[in-house]
Amino acid sequence: MSAAQVALDRVTRVPGVRGALIASSTDGLVVAEQLMDGVDGRAAAALTGSLVARLARTTAGAGLRAPVFLHLRGEGGSILAAPGTDGLVLVAVAGPEANVGLARLEMLNAAGRLG
Amino acid sequence: MIDEIRTLTQRLADEPSSLAFLELGESLRRRGQVGAAYKVARGGLNRYPGLADAHDLMARILSDQGDFAGAFDAWADALRFDPMRTGALKGIAFLYFRAGDVDAALDHLHRAAEADPDDPAVPQAIARVRRDSREAGRAAFAPALEPLEAGTEEPVAGRPEPVPAPAAPPVPPSDSPFTGVAPEEEGLLLVDANGMCLAGSLTGRDGTDAAERVAAQLAGLTREAARATRLLGLGSWHSIAVESPDAHLFLASPTAETVLLAVREPELPMARVGLLAERATRAARGWLERVQ
Repeated sequence: MSAAQVALDRVTRVPGVRGALIASSTDGLVVAEQLMDGVDGRAAAALTGSLVARLARTTAGAGLRAPVFLHLRGEGGSILAAPGTDGLVLVAVAGPEANVGLARLEMLNAAGRLG
Repeated sequence: MIDEIRTLTQRLADEPSSLAFLELGESLRRRGQVGAAYKVARGGLNRYPGLADAHDLMARILSDQGDFAGAFDAWADALRFDPMRTGALKGIAFLYFRAGDVDAALDHLHRAAEADPDDPAVPQAIARVRRDSREAGRAAFAPALEPLEAGTEEPVAGRPEPVPAPAAPPVPPSDSPFTGVAPEEEGLLLVDANGMCLAGSLTGRDGTDAAERVAAQLAGLTREAARATRLLGLGSWHSIAVESPDAHLFLASPTAETVLLAVREPELPMARVGLLAERATRAARGWLERVQ
């Protein structure tokens, strides 16, 4: 099993996580994915990549280092993102009941080994 | 260039929903293949109708094709989704200049200068328009129209060092929405849909005023976040928590057209930054109702 698949496996085991993928933050392409039916991985990759880039510019504007973790919370769940090295970003889509704290730890751990 | 186009074409064929159409369309346009570029951009726009980059690309292609009315509309659409998009501001300025409306051209160029003070092409275009306002033509704008992707430009040799933004005038305490929310309003920022500061202050790590630089990047964030959660079936968005090694940032939306940003040191748990942001959001909402 590749490192990417191991990372996705660990994240998707977290209760409430509907799927995870690894995308290129520069062009929003999916590198690897493990998603439940009904989760649009390509849209998740493209939209999250754009959001990550915008928030990296925002932190740069304040002289801060780039984000290491993002949590976009919606009324029906969350999008989590952990930018890694080599322009890759680990993305997870989680339901409202998900254990976001555990997902965050798994994603930060996995993102450090991407690339 | 041909290899690049071949690679991008293949990538787009493999992943039709990717954003590779932006790069491919621009590469084709630069090669003069505007017909092919148009088809690529049209396909991307159909998939991402709310993406400012896609409208910006389409505007450049239409401008190359001589469809200036279409280009104007496309740049206006780009600004609707990202009001601080310098490429669109410069493009519309070019069209106004071409139509002989120098004042409107200068107005849009000044807005572009405010949005991206580091873009050396903008002051050059302003100087040329002023110097030669009677001569309509693309020449004055040629450097200003290239490249148009904010945030993706190659470094320009000799680009002047960024000048720290001037400090915002002090806001009387009675005018601050954040009075009583926190001991001081530093690190709390209320931003409108155009990326302009409405209230609050933010100092960068270098000690300069970072409020305007940060606010400019937040223009259009509410629409982008709303689009992401909607397309992924997560309903409307509530907040974004952002962890940087240097700070914890929390974003919320007091109204549909405003964004509130709370920034605190990374030692403060994110959940507490979130609570602070919630209080500030409620206060900002009430303040906006009073001042509007």
